[in-house]
Amino acid sequence: MKNRIGTTGLVFNEPLLWEQGATGRTGFSMPRRDVDPAPLDDRLRGDGPDFPDLSELEVMRHFTHLSQWNFGVDSGLYPLGSCTMKYNPRTNERQAALPGFTGAHPLLPPELCQGALKLMHDLEHYLAEITGLPAVTLQPAAGSHGELTGMMIISAFHRSHGGHRSKVLIPDTAHGTNPASATLCGMRPVPIRSNDQGILDPATVAELMDEETAGIMVTNPNTLGLFEENIREIADIVHDRGGLVYGDGANMNAIMGIVDIRAAGVDVLHLNLHKTFSTPHGGGGPGSGPICVTDRLKPFLPVPRVVKTGDRYELDDNAPRSVGKIHTFYGNFGILVRACSYILSMGADLKKVSQLAVLNANYIKERLRDVYHLAYDRPCMHECVFSDAIQEKNKVSTLDIAKRLMEYGFHPPTIYFPLVVHGAIMIEPTETESKDSIDAFIDAIRSIARESADTPEILHEAPRTTKVRRLDETLAARKPCLKG
Amino acid sequence: MRYLPHTREDIDAMLKVIGMDNLDDLFKTIPRDCCSLVDLNLPAPLSEWELDTHMNQLAGTMAVSPEYKIFLGAGSYDHFIPEAVRQLLLRSEIFTAYTPYQPEISQGTLQTIYEYQTLITRLLGMDVANASMYEGGSALAEALLMAIRITRRKKVAISTAIHPLYRRVVRTYFTPTGYEVVELPFGRDGRTDLSGLGSPGEFAAVAVQSPNFFGCIEDLERVGNAAHSDPKTLFITCFSEPLAFGLLKNPGSFDADIVCGEGQSLGIPRAFGGPGLGIFSAKQKYVRSMPGRLVGQTVDKDGRRGFVLTLSTREQHIRRERATSNICSNQGLCATAATMYMAFLGGTGFRELAALNYDKAEYLKGELKKAGCTLPFDSPTFNEFVVRFPGGADATCKQLLEKKIIAGLPLAKYYSDLADCALVTVTETCTRADMDLLVKEVTS
Repeated sequence: MKNRIGTTGLVFNEPLLWEQGATGRTGFSMPRRDVDPAPLDDRLRGDGPDFPDLSELEVMRHFTHLSQWNFGVDSGLYPLGSCTMKYNPRTNERQAALPGFTGAHPLLPPELCQGALKLMHDLEHYLAEITGLPAVTLQPAAGSHGELTGMMIISAFHRSHGGHRSKVLIPDTAHGTNPASATLCGMRPVPIRSNDQGILDPATVAELMDEETAGIMVTNPNTLGLFEENIREIADIVHDRGGLVYGDGANMNAIMGIVDIRAAGVDVLHLNLHKTFSTPHGGGGPGSGPICVTDRLKPFLPVPRVVKTGDRYELDDNAPRSVGKIHTFYGNFGILVRACSYILSMGADLKKVSQLAVLNANYIKERLRDVYHLAYDRPCMHECVFSDAIQEKNKVSTLDIAKRLMEYGFHPPTIYFPLVVHGAIMIEPTETESKDSIDAFIDAIRSIARESADTPEILHEAPRTTKVRRLDETLAARKPCLKG
Repeated sequence: MRYLPHTREDIDAMLKVIGMDNLDDLFKTIPRDCCSLVDLNLPAPLSEWELDTHMNQLAGTMAVSPEYKIFLGAGSYDHFIPEAVRQLLLRSEIFTAYTPYQPEISQGTLQTIYEYQTLITRLLGMDVANASMYEGGSALAEALLMAIRITRRKKVAISTAIHPLYRRVVRTYFTPTGYEVVELPFGRDGRTDLSGLGSPGEFAAVAVQSPNFFGCIEDLERVGNAAHSDPKTLFITCFSEPLAFGLLKNPGSFDADIVCGEGQSLGIPRAFGGPGLGIFSAKQKYVRSMPGRLVGQTVDKDGRRGFVLTLSTREQHIRRERATSNICSNQGLCATAATMYMAFLGGTGFRELAALNYDKAEYLKGELKKAGCTLPFDSPTFNEFVVRFPGGADATCKQLLEKKIIAGLPLAKYYSDLADCALVTVTETCTRADMDLLVKEVTS
């Protein structure tokens, strides 16, 4: 490599909040007191919280220092598989910060919130167009919340068509949220093995699918980055036995404008607006997990629904077969504004997004296949999965490779997932990375492959240039210290 | 397109490495019967400036202060947010990062969440708090499900003075599994009436909200004692206005087992109802049954203090169908905002601001009473209360809209026996002049 991006910079130490400050300081401009103190029963009065008192500058420096210990998409390539860490456009932040949106109370009378209702109505329409599924709810606050809502809809559908079904088929490549969401709906997950090609076999599905089974949850493209080519046939098998097909759209970034989700046989699909539609990940949320459904499942969608009559938008609570409310209000509206801004900025170029995301992943796959073991040697979608099978011989693990990548200035890929690949390294570059940036990443991870043979101890010791080195996770779990 | 960096030459060079002729070849594993047959029918892409115009126009239709005087709370509160919170949240190392799976390069997020957990436990008087849930309603649903897991009972008792929309979320979560929700009525004082509770022996949990939906401060000691008269039953309290604990005794001091609620008041804009912040805390002994992520302190290889995600064997990515919840991403950035807000206020500021909210609400209450309005409940309240306007709730609220005053939330839709009442909320953003105007208008 010519010039390594990763280096040590000016990094400050920063104590915990309560290790600084002095009682009586404040960082808040207290509003004028224009009323007299009112009496309060002493039995109700408490001492108030034991928070440290700091000045405005002290708090500014505190969080500025902390932010410098973080790696974000703006810091560099963040190829975290299945998370779609694409660029978060700044104009989206501007739109979401408009006072008319941030200051709006959710229970405003409809005539005083037409703009927000129109935005939601439009976004539902765009997501329907992108997926091919005609009815949409924006209420779920995250992908897993969308999964839960989708499985509630499947559960409600079965209850209204002959009764509860107790099982659901879930591939071994699925995210852990799939079985956890199904369980919350009182269904028992039945695992299905993927075949030697890394995808589902219709025959295996046919064997397991019965009248006790509510349906199947399929992530497509799956977590190996492979398109489930038999999805149509699998959907027919499931539908023939009265089941429904749940689509996990976590990987939708690969197939926008390319796959018609309804034509593929999917009945319910969740989207992750914080993945596919560029809204920031926020260090772990807030996300947004809208779900899109077929016409026959529309009556089961959460309430209220945004409806348009003439030029006027309203919230309609009247849907007797609805699963109910999944969120106190309408979901993460601020995230919806950002996603809508992204779609309006891209238009039909969303297809180009998917093409370039898939191009980037296949390019990485081809350029690394001679030095890392490729788990499934097939054309991939938006991500590719390698393993540490070659490096293992030198006692170098996926974890070591990941930690060494930090010293080269890159965020590591998703590691040890999916579970079906031992020592998995799951790389998702996204379309917003240029060829130059991807080439630099390839150089780095190829260089690490060489080091694993020549100087494995460097990898075992990595990272050394970060704020902290490898942390003792066993100690953290054995003697939990969850507050200071 | 400015978000897509590939030149024609880049694409050709990359395709050549892959051994393909064009971009369509990348998708040849997708069967034809799954493919879109037509191009996406979306509006033509807008330039940044066109988008600004479009969004300005949508946002411009919304009724917000200062143009409107707003006395509407009911789970979504108008509090001043320091500009410094907004500015800090714009640091892209904070908002463009994801879940801190790689702790060595995520210490900023991890220390912030550890500080958040700590400040929340101090605010609520609880042992442990998680890294956040989605929002108040689903946090309460998850708390009740946690009690069901711990006690292996299938029935919970919840107060009808809990936010009606939270209760609807709870019902949605309970429907597929058939767990039963028994609703406890409220009494003439606006607080939960426990007389119908009987022996709590059959219940996994007894849950109330304090301050409750009517703004009334519940007698948590009495509810706690009633719940704990069966040693297995969990006592759950929830809230929609955490600022109240700057003035009132915290729920932990009443021996609550789980305390959860909505943290939007802590530096997060109302944003038409979301994103908010689901706060979730419990006693230490229940930590391994909790949903959601937890950050813990540990040391690195060189013995330096550091933070990691911990106790993750409760979670879906490890435990799959046996996980304590399906929650994965939560409201990280909102928890970060809340941490900053609590840090700027400090303990002194938090107490002062809480007292100001209480005093202002008491002022308005007194003035409304003097002007001939009645208050159906006589329990102490924090910063919102139920009032009966002389001209009726719906009519008065509608009339005042013309004067750009949103006088409160008419309760007919939520409580048929309070059909003539409205819930009125006062925070530090309401001036005495605003309140005097409201009094004048509702009684004129």
